[in-house]
Amino acid sequence: MGIAYILKRLAVMVPVFVLVVTLVFFMIRFAPGGPFDGEKAVSPEIKRNLLAKYHMDEPLWKQYFNYLGDLARGDLGPSFKYANRTVNELIADGLTVSLELGMISLGWALLIGLTAGGIASLRPNTLWDYIPMSFSILGICLPTFVIGPVLVLIFGIWLEWLPVAGWNSWEDRILPSLTLGFAYAAYISRLTRGGLMEIRNQDFIRTARAKGLSEARILIVHSLRGGLLPVVSYLGPALAGIIAGALVTETIFGIPGLGRFFIQSAVNRDYTVVMGTALVYFTLIFVCNFLVDIAYALLDPRVKHE
Amino acid sequence: MRIQNGNRIGVALILVFSLALATGCTGKAKAEADVINIGNGAEPKDLDPHITTGVPEHHIQQNIFEALVSVHPKTLEPIPGVAESWKVSKDGKVYTFTLRKDAKWSNGDPITAQDFVYSWTRLLKPEIASEYAYQGYYLLNGKEFNNGKLKDASKLGVEALDDHTLKVTLVNPTPFFLGLLYHHSYYPVHRKTVEKHGLAWTRPENIVVNGAFTLDKWETNKVISLVPNPHYWDRASVKLKRANFLPTENLDTEEKMFRSGKIQVTNEVPLEKLPQWRKDTTGVYQGVPYLGTYFYWINTTKKGLEDKRVRKALNLGIDRSRLVEFVTLGGQLPGNIYTPPGTAGFTPTAHLPTDLSRLDEAKKLLVEAGYPGGKGLPKLEILYNTHEGHKKIAEALQQMWKQNLGVNVGLYNQEWKVYLDTLQQMQFQLARQGWIGDYNDPTTFLDLLVSDNGNNRSGWKNPKYDQLLESAGRESNVAKRNEYFRQAEDMIMDELPIIPLYIYTRNYLKDPGVQGWEANIQDFHPLKYVSFKPGKAEEPQSK
Repeated sequence: MGIAYILKRLAVMVPVFVLVVTLVFFMIRFAPGGPFDGEKAVSPEIKRNLLAKYHMDEPLWKQYFNYLGDLARGDLGPSFKYANRTVNELIADGLTVSLELGMISLGWALLIGLTAGGIASLRPNTLWDYIPMSFSILGICLPTFVIGPVLVLIFGIWLEWLPVAGWNSWEDRILPSLTLGFAYAAYISRLTRGGLMEIRNQDFIRTARAKGLSEARILIVHSLRGGLLPVVSYLGPALAGIIAGALVTETIFGIPGLGRFFIQSAVNRDYTVVMGTALVYFTLIFVCNFLVDIAYALLDPRVKHE
Repeated sequence: MRIQNGNRIGVALILVFSLALATGCTGKAKAEADVINIGNGAEPKDLDPHITTGVPEHHIQQNIFEALVSVHPKTLEPIPGVAESWKVSKDGKVYTFTLRKDAKWSNGDPITAQDFVYSWTRLLKPEIASEYAYQGYYLLNGKEFNNGKLKDASKLGVEALDDHTLKVTLVNPTPFFLGLLYHHSYYPVHRKTVEKHGLAWTRPENIVVNGAFTLDKWETNKVISLVPNPHYWDRASVKLKRANFLPTENLDTEEKMFRSGKIQVTNEVPLEKLPQWRKDTTGVYQGVPYLGTYFYWINTTKKGLEDKRVRKALNLGIDRSRLVEFVTLGGQLPGNIYTPPGTAGFTPTAHLPTDLSRLDEAKKLLVEAGYPGGKGLPKLEILYNTHEGHKKIAEALQQMWKQNLGVNVGLYNQEWKVYLDTLQQMQFQLARQGWIGDYNDPTTFLDLLVSDNGNNRSGWKNPKYDQLLESAGRESNVAKRNEYFRQAEDMIMDELPIIPLYIYTRNYLKDPGVQGWEANIQDFHPLKYVSFKPGKAEEPQSK
């Protein structure tokens, strides 16, 4: 795997990117209603002024090419809804928060998931296996809009240990990241357990054990590398999902992340913000999967040679 | 055993973590005297008073901008703001304001009459594209200038006679004009700042304001923080040290923040918690009548609904008392009238029952219209935007009409903007509408049903009705004006192009330590009068 491979992947990205831009641009504009419709409709004269101000009185094809031109210069345009901010600013603010939340959550997910999965795989079909795996089923079944409020109720309202909402101090980070990370921890623990169990029956592990190596050494040096492959391939979509799918967590904890814009802008028909967030998420998913492919190649020699 | 060692480490980790949680941090917010945190609903669009349209924005703007004429925090009567006095001409069309000489912008510049000329001209400039520009149509030539038919701004009905005298000429005598000045569209903006920074002028690092507070911090979706304006002429009256407005779109989160002391005043109360909070006896729960009506449009252009008798039957076939008691839950008033009672001293005579006392009449009307027991009536549908509260109301009405009149009604919900589009195209039979008054005067409600009003979705056009409101517009005598309004309201109650359901109530929670926060019909709370002594935010307590 070399530079050529990376370049090839990037070359594929460009046409897909343009396709996404085009699709989103026209889909959102063909949706009924526009950014300036509200409970109280404005008069036709005022609406004309508004459309002119945002160049929406021009033909659609012209708006489309103008948008492409701006995009090429890295300008995502002004927001219709947040009149004194540009989409670039909104995304920069939101994405920083979302990335931070996502990274902490992923940290929790890995810490809890790998530990639980590792423990379970060492003693399959005992209590050491059943207890963490039952929790993981719980984690997969319980949606964040249940876990979040329950955690808030216990730690925020009853025990008064942690803040119920906000995004200022480090304490504010704990509950939302746990909420968001929990479901991913559950998946990771099951993937870890499965991966490690499968590896344990391979010949090279049996050889290692026959050579008299300690269980810990076998786990860390020999099993983990191969056993974690399923987890690694899951990490790409997980990371993208954890950042893009934080909407519910962000709402429950009042966090100023990007997820809210993604949904709110579609509801508001804030065209430029819809475009901007969609493109950011597209790029994010692409990059995450790309990184995973590289990591995969590093871990699995068979991929490297292909 | 090594495995057990591993487990010991795990257990130890969990213990350490729990200890850290138990000892190191606390979730209970420490309230500070005269620092108030306010739940403010949605993230503001902007703070430019000529650009914004919403209530959350106005909550903030009323504190950082001072209007020419302000309002009394409780009675909402006009009190001096930037203007220390004013005179009104006999015909009610010319106002002469005398501006106080000590009024300053937050950068120390004096506020002059020219600032208001600039600001109101800006409101009406077509290229500013203010959605509330029509508030300026009361000014002479305001509409013509905004529509681009008149280019010469000096012809507008606002003129600086000298630095401290402002002459305002109106199209019609407008008895509510002084109250209208508290609307954000009439707030003054600082010319040099606006011209220098363009769109970005409302950011904390650029903004120059003239209110009791200035903008200290604005983090999108996180907080908008105000501190007292050192140059404000009445700085001595301001008690708060800081006011934070927090976006709280999730009502459950907001309520939890209130209970943990993170905010002192909420924006709303979650519907499912309302019954519990309404029993509260600690003075935390606030339910205040609000200047707004919730009603259903009847599309009078649709078959069956063009018949006045059917519209009346639908209106008489519902139990409004039960609707507010068991469905809306917030202590709303049953909507047996259209204009909320006490709007600028005008209360219409009720013509609709709050209960089913006139159900027989309703049934008879249906028979007369040729739809006995609802038979033969085209299938009706209620359109509402997707929202739990609207759905519950629609379901209740569906059941009432079925039970009381035998009329079958379907429900149809649409996503917000799709719903607005459907309304606009009149592709519905019955549709929900909430209408909140822009200013304290019956016209803000009654104008809605004028034939050419862009928001009249009933398809009902009546030249007599239009005439009544036009006469009211030209009238400066309050009693005579109210008589026109009474006739207009009577006409609505006779023709019934709408089904009034309830008069709004604002429900929110307020820490008992918050002083000077007065309840009033327009939900205005100038923080100039507010102070805060921390106490403990209570759980709901009932007798």
